[in-house]
Amino acid sequence: MTARTVRRTTTHEGGVGQSPARPDGVPKLRGEFEYAQDLKADEMLWAATVRSPHARARIVSIDIAPALAVGGVHACLTADDVPGRAHFGLEHPDQPVLAGDRVNYWGEPVAIVAAEDARTARTAASLVEVVYEPLAPLTDPELADRKDEVFRRLRIRRGDQAARGPVVVEGYYEVGMQDQAPLGTEAGLAIPDGEGGVDLFATSQFVHVDQEQVVASLGLRPGQVRAHPTGIGGAFGAREDVNLHIHLCMLALHTGRPVKMAYHRSESFTGHVHRHPAWLRYRHEADLDGRLVRVEARVVLDGGAYASTTSAVLANACYFVVGPYRCESVAVDGVGARTNNPPCGAMRGFGAVQVCFAHETQMDRLAQALGMDPLLLRELNALERGDPMPTTGQVIETPLPTREVIRSLQAMPLPDDPLGLDPGGLPGGSGLTTEQREVKRGVGYAFGIKNLGFSEGFDDYSQARVRLTAHGAVVETAAIEVGQGLVTVLAQIARSALGITSVEVVHVDTSKIDSAGSTSASRQTQLSGGATLEAATRLRERVLSHFAGDDLDESGVWRGEELIARWPEIGDQEWVETATFRHPPTTAPDENGQGVIHADFAVAGHRAVVDVDVELGLVKVIRIDTVQDVGFAINPSSVRGQIEGGILQGVGLAIMEELVLADGVILNPTFTDYLLPTILDAPDVEALLIEQEGSWGPFGAKGVGEPPTISSTAAVVAAIRAASGKELNRVPVRPQDIALP
Amino acid sequence: MVHPTSMDEALAGLSEGVVPLAGGTDLMVEVNFGHTHPENVIGLRRVAELKEWEGVRIGAGVNWRRIEREGPKALAQAARTVGSPQIRNAGTIGGNVGTASPAGDGHPFLAAVDASIELVSVGGTRVVPWSEFFVGVKKTARRSDELIAAIRLPDVLPERHEFGKIGVRNAMVIATVNCVVTRDDQRRVTVGLGSVGPTPIRARDAEEMISAATMPTEADLAEFQRLVAEGVSPITDHRSTEEYRRHGAGVLARRLLERCLR
Amino acid sequence: MIVSFEVNGEQVTARMTHPGSLLDMLRDDLGLPGSKSACEQGECGSCSVILDGELVCSCLVMAADVEGSSIITVEGVAPRDALHPVQDALLDAGAVQCGFCTPGIVVAAVDLFANNPSPSVSEIKEALAGNICRCTGYGAILRALEGVARGDDS
Repeated sequence: MTARTVRRTTTHEGGVGQSPARPDGVPKLRGEFEYAQDLKADEMLWAATVRSPHARARIVSIDIAPALAVGGVHACLTADDVPGRAHFGLEHPDQPVLAGDRVNYWGEPVAIVAAEDARTARTAASLVEVVYEPLAPLTDPELADRKDEVFRRLRIRRGDQAARGPVVVEGYYEVGMQDQAPLGTEAGLAIPDGEGGVDLFATSQFVHVDQEQVVASLGLRPGQVRAHPTGIGGAFGAREDVNLHIHLCMLALHTGRPVKMAYHRSESFTGHVHRHPAWLRYRHEADLDGRLVRVEARVVLDGGAYASTTSAVLANACYFVVGPYRCESVAVDGVGARTNNPPCGAMRGFGAVQVCFAHETQMDRLAQALGMDPLLLRELNALERGDPMPTTGQVIETPLPTREVIRSLQAMPLPDDPLGLDPGGLPGGSGLTTEQREVKRGVGYAFGIKNLGFSEGFDDYSQARVRLTAHGAVVETAAIEVGQGLVTVLAQIARSALGITSVEVVHVDTSKIDSAGSTSASRQTQLSGGATLEAATRLRERVLSHFAGDDLDESGVWRGEELIARWPEIGDQEWVETATFRHPPTTAPDENGQGVIHADFAVAGHRAVVDVDVELGLVKVIRIDTVQDVGFAINPSSVRGQIEGGILQGVGLAIMEELVLADGVILNPTFTDYLLPTILDAPDVEALLIEQEGSWGPFGAKGVGEPPTISSTAAVVAAIRAASGKELNRVPVRPQDIALP
Repeated sequence: MVHPTSMDEALAGLSEGVVPLAGGTDLMVEVNFGHTHPENVIGLRRVAELKEWEGVRIGAGVNWRRIEREGPKALAQAARTVGSPQIRNAGTIGGNVGTASPAGDGHPFLAAVDASIELVSVGGTRVVPWSEFFVGVKKTARRSDELIAAIRLPDVLPERHEFGKIGVRNAMVIATVNCVVTRDDQRRVTVGLGSVGPTPIRARDAEEMISAATMPTEADLAEFQRLVAEGVSPITDHRSTEEYRRHGAGVLARRLLERCLR
Repeated sequence: MIVSFEVNGEQVTARMTHPGSLLDMLRDDLGLPGSKSACEQGECGSCSVILDGELVCSCLVMAADVEGSSIITVEGVAPRDALHPVQDALLDAGAVQCGFCTPGIVVAAVDLFANNPSPSVSEIKEALAGNICRCTGYGAILRALEGVARGDDS
């Protein structure tokens, strides 16, 4: 085996539609990429957090003296030390920076410590004496609803509310609490600038919104806080909310030293928001031909102690209650409850995951009741471009190839090999629990729809800047790369727009560029890509116009056959273009949940093949085929990566991932007991991409990150039902749900 | 920390408060979580005697990877399920036994074949049967001046032995139930079970019943399964329920017996 | 306490003031932050190193216990100006997303191929079973390593 040289230029033009190697790939492979965990500064202190051991309690007193008495401790701060706004929050600033007179969830931060090293900081944190008066926690979201402890209620009524159909299917479904569990935990470094301001380098999905909250809570002027995009080990929604950001800045300004913090794994589980657990009551009514006549649903989400993004997640869940199907009579009542359970917020799929499990199960049961093929039922009702969304009435104006997704998925070949010959391929794996004759194979389908971009009238935009250099161009952005491959995609877009290959993407901080918005809602390719496309296109036009040329490429500016200007001279002048890209406007819902609520949609389908040891309730997901509506695949390799990764997260929710709570306390905040799928649990995945022009994203691209998680869980459970004959109204499915009556 | 290279050296360093360290796969988790701060540690990795494996005497320092390759069938099958490749390279059978987690994957085999644990101190050697060694959840009969020197299997192992482990994930999983069933040429059956009580156990009633059957019928196997399930006292925790563990123990034991009968 | 050992071919001496893991020592004292801390309990493999020829989780190795030992970390898997074929294959296959698991995957794969130049798909999966990836779903990782096993020229 021979080594090869490190320097890798793109071996081809590197524009859209290709799969050039990611620019940060080599540093990541060599262990040289700098994550927030790896940051260092001279004279750096380490911070630790004191957290509540109670889900609900009154704080009687806090004595920080024992912590301050530890050698090497520089500061111990509590709620009284918060200089500015005492609360933070993504949608509503309702969460205390540090708990004052009460705590409302297990693990809520109460005090923070800075010391010479991490060990001393943690030791000191454990010595802070907090006297609590424990109170009975409210942990039942239905009870919270009755007590009006609610972040949001949403009511949707569309169509003739008296419509009824002869065939009725009712169901009650439950979705457990999944965690994003990104491999990199929360970490950051805050560096005071010596003039009362601070530079923050922390794990995040949205630096501008972090900066705003830090400014508010520190009582500073906006220009005094700069939040810098920083290397991050995954996010999946866990990093939209502030967690250690304000704490680090407080300590940095208080001590006058750089302060670093990195959460341990179990602290990470408590330190970020989780996917909302959900309880869903459904009623589907159809006519004898299978046409959906009415869908009613009650959606209850447990938002936990603080608002986070519960309002938006609830909205999403309600709006996608029906799934990618037409229906002219819809009634939804949604509740985002406030409890003393751990706060919940954004996780990839954002509410649509939970309702998809329910609506797809309902569709399968409806098909059964009708004596109809479940795929035919879906095709008959498929939601397409030009149709109104069943819940909001919004007419879908971009391509939505639902029928094609259904048909293409059905046409993909099923595996023809029988059950796994290698014990590793059987349920139970190397545990050797199961032999071939004890296995039943099942196949299940599910389809889902997801919005792309932010909704309900939110002013969703992104700014990007393109600047020519001596030999090419640089794209400047604050759009966060969490691993999805945005840095590659933005470069590809700029390459295709400018006509040159030498393009680099550079992250700049909040003081140097306006917001790129959140890396979430599958929006960055469309929004930041859209801004990059606009800026690069305008820049090229200006350069060509200036030189009166007609083409720009690696050599320079051409007029006909004549090269009239070369690099590096082209880059000598200040060629910069900044663009702010917005998606088509959306509106807030009216009192019936009607409006132009969403910016764009994507539809996807999944087919799961599972082998089930019914007697023991053990499942092996053999294969998942998928068809996804992507508009245009800017980087096919990255799209495949998002699909395979998202599908496995869906598998996790289906059969193994759940945070188990008891009276508001997480019982399994470790990787020993919060089980993430390993390579031995991963199914083979085959993906078919449907590319149709018509979306407003750059080159017609649609976001691809979330659709893989929406219906993959439902497909796996449908397959388990087919194999086992069990009802399975809850995810994750546990062995006892299959094996025991 | 000290790094003895012989058993004598290691034993000389043992006293109250001194912590022996082999692979670190259990102790270091406690250190990383801040649950323990061992000040005096004896590193046993370099004690060659602990890695000796002669016939039925397996040195406590033998790692799971070696056991996976060279061990008797059911023990090798168990070894393959311990943690991950990284864990199997570092983790030792002595450490597994010394930690005495109720779910230890090596324990059902030791119980099923009636293995013993060899404990050594400066005062001498004693050999303790497994049933007296495991005294409770993470509690053993080892005194603080003793080291686990070896696992001693009986001179003659039963003809057939099979291992199984129920877990929710296909790798790196703590057993919901683990089990070894053996059957010798006298048709005597033993059943060792883990994760269904504070220590590994034997399903004595089930063993007695099935060992008396010359050619077990379907009805016998069903009864065997029932006796196994009723003979265990599992708990309900965040990993599983008492009911499922009971059910799983019965099913698994029956299937392993069926394999032994082939 | 002082610990002397070899890392990536170089003799080093580190001073530790308290019992900590090899991972802590590599990251904090030796300027080798490539190995990652993600679970502190050997359940994710992001801290994988090769210790005296064996693949282990460095978070589970007591720092003081590596006296006289030889360690290879992700930083030492290939020379400064080259990529190991495993790294090359992972890059080409699009198997790097957030990259946090990547060093551990690289080390585990390097260890696999050092012991078994042509592993089967099953063997690749079992060898990587101790490495968690949350981003990729393992598909591209597997395709990359299958290519290395086949001897695909990169």
